Amino acid sequence: MLKMTHLSKVYRTEVVETYALRDFNIDVKEGEFVAVTGPSGSGKTTFLTIAGLLETFTGGEYHLDGVEVSHLNDNARSKIRNEKIGFIFQAFNLIPDLNVFDNVEVPLRYRGMKSAERKKRIMESLERVGLASRAKHYPAELSGGQQQRVAIARALAGSPRLLLADEPTGNLDTQMARSVLELLEEIHREGATIVMVTHDPELAARAQRNVHVIDGQVVDLAEDPRFHAHVAQVAEATHGR
Amino acid sequence: MFVHYAQLGLLSLRRNPLLTALMIMSIAFGVAASMVTYAVFRAVSGDPIPQKSAHLFAPQVDNWGPQYNRKGEPASAMTYTDAMALMHAHKAKRQTVLFQVLMSVMPTQGSGLPFKSAGYATYGDFFSMFDVPFQYGQGWNAQDDDNRAAVAVISRDLNQKLFGGANSVGREIELEEQTYRIVGVTEHWDPKPRFFDMFNGNAYTDASEVYIPFTHAIDLKMDTGGNNSCSGVGNRGVGWDGWIRGECVWISPWVELDSKADADEYLQFLHAYAQEQQRAGRFSWAPNVRLRDVNAWLEFQHAVPPESRLSLTVALGFFVICLVNTIGLLLAKFMRRAPEIGIRRALGASRADIYRQFLAEAGMVGLAGGVLGLFLTGLGMAGAGMVFEPQIARLAHLDMSLVALTLLVAIGATVLAAFYPTWRAAQVQPAWQLKSN
Repeated sequence: MLKMTHLSKVYRTEVVETYALRDFNIDVKEGEFVAVTGPSGSGKTTFLTIAGLLETFTGGEYHLDGVEVSHLNDNARSKIRNEKIGFIFQAFNLIPDLNVFDNVEVPLRYRGMKSAERKKRIMESLERVGLASRAKHYPAELSGGQQQRVAIARALAGSPRLLLADEPTGNLDTQMARSVLELLEEIHREGATIVMVTHDPELAARAQRNVHVIDGQVVDLAEDPRFHAHVAQVAEATHGR
Repeated sequence: MFVHYAQLGLLSLRRNPLLTALMIMSIAFGVAASMVTYAVFRAVSGDPIPQKSAHLFAPQVDNWGPQYNRKGEPASAMTYTDAMALMHAHKAKRQTVLFQVLMSVMPTQGSGLPFKSAGYATYGDFFSMFDVPFQYGQGWNAQDDDNRAAVAVISRDLNQKLFGGANSVGREIELEEQTYRIVGVTEHWDPKPRFFDMFNGNAYTDASEVYIPFTHAIDLKMDTGGNNSCSGVGNRGVGWDGWIRGECVWISPWVELDSKADADEYLQFLHAYAQEQQRAGRFSWAPNVRLRDVNAWLEFQHAVPPESRLSLTVALGFFVICLVNTIGLLLAKFMRRAPEIGIRRALGASRADIYRQFLAEAGMVGLAGGVLGLFLTGLGMAGAGMVFEPQIARLAHLDMSLVALTLLVAIGATVLAAFYPTWRAAQVQPAWQLKSN
């Protein structure tokens, strides 16, 4: 479903080149639920934005659903984003001026879907996340957990084959985080491929497979000394408290 | 999708109301200033007789010579001698000469006082040459000209004043204590500028009310009510007979010619006539003649007042400044919404979609600016007399074409101004926006 081979992403300024991703390799099969973990600044989010075709990459190859995407133009990339990918962000990223119904409608509008079909899908998605009764509410009138559920409904409304989630529970309290996670698991059980970036080990443990990223590379945790150093650092910090 | 974008545009008008109000006012004032001055410019620069302007010509013969003419150009009117020569030669399909007359009109009913009416002494061809529309009757014919008949054509307004608007053809009217038989009543007819009488400075004055045969006016030794220009020439004539044989110019001649070949032929005729005058010893200079069609004649006569052109230029400059201001405001408005753009891009909007959405939004701002601009244009029309001569200012009208133009210019210019801010909006990197959230 998602395959990156020797992929690199370099940010260049006049004086310095920064590798956000270097020789990055990952292969996510259809129907998998993969958690991508790693310390801050390791390149997790950069991976996710490249995976979601929101950003270009500098070198290597990226096949999404069998299509090599590096040569696609803006229109083609936008079409793939719209039809095959659903996003769930840590900050929810709802449009504040639109009500819940209209927020969920946004990706369907870009697909050129007829009004009746849009309405059907929107209401189905909202019912699924338990917010059908809040269709006319504005994001500011909802709790954080409800906003994230709306974001999930928006991602699901287009029936994407790949769901990309960036710290989906990062801004939620434990109870709300748990319910969002249960929702993601349910979506996965129904056949969606999910790639989730997270700091949270508990969350990562609920995924089928964990991929660890350090310094812009996917590493084998058992063999990488940087992982052990990271674990020690976290343990020391925990004891220090 | 356009309707959806228009709805989003309307929604956006409510967002940042101060910024929106500034943009709308900027566009409204800019477009209103331009439309008021354009309305005046349009009124004074239009073709007053588009269906025939290419076939109507004003002939000129230089009877003053290089010493007295202006920059080598023949006078803008003719002497009686030259005008009669042209009429008698009858070289054009139709021809007329005219001079302005001011006559006292005796009311037909009750005990009203006489009043002054302006009009023209002319030939019967005048009415068919200039497509004068008639409410009742028609113009007089060539036989009436030859017979020096006491007939008259009056305007609809004068007919209303004298006869209550009834068909007055065949009835009599007393002008300057002379009785005339009415043969026609014109519809309201007031071409602007009044191309056929530029010599008297009547381009924008009130419509003429009465017309009488030139031949009859000459028989009555009627003075011109318009200009009489003698430049520095010596032969001004003494008394009526001397005056009409002198070199003062006061008659406006017009001819109707069907084709360019006819016009060339007529110009040759004018040249030959001037040559003949030279041979006869009247002109001591080489033939200097002109034949201009209506639009060339108006250009030559500077029919468009310089203040009209200048004010239009200033207003357009002001509009450009308003648009530059709008570009800045739109840029601020659009870039504030970078996070929304990032979300939309992530959800499948292409750059083209962002262009469409934001240009539609600019169109809604332009529409709102245009509606307010219409109101301000209406106010501006009422106050145009403070900038222009009243007789010119009153020509400006807020008709349907100007309403449409105001809205179109406001929307078009705002959309054009929005291209740069929209381009910037379309360049927003969704990844950066979503990361920074």
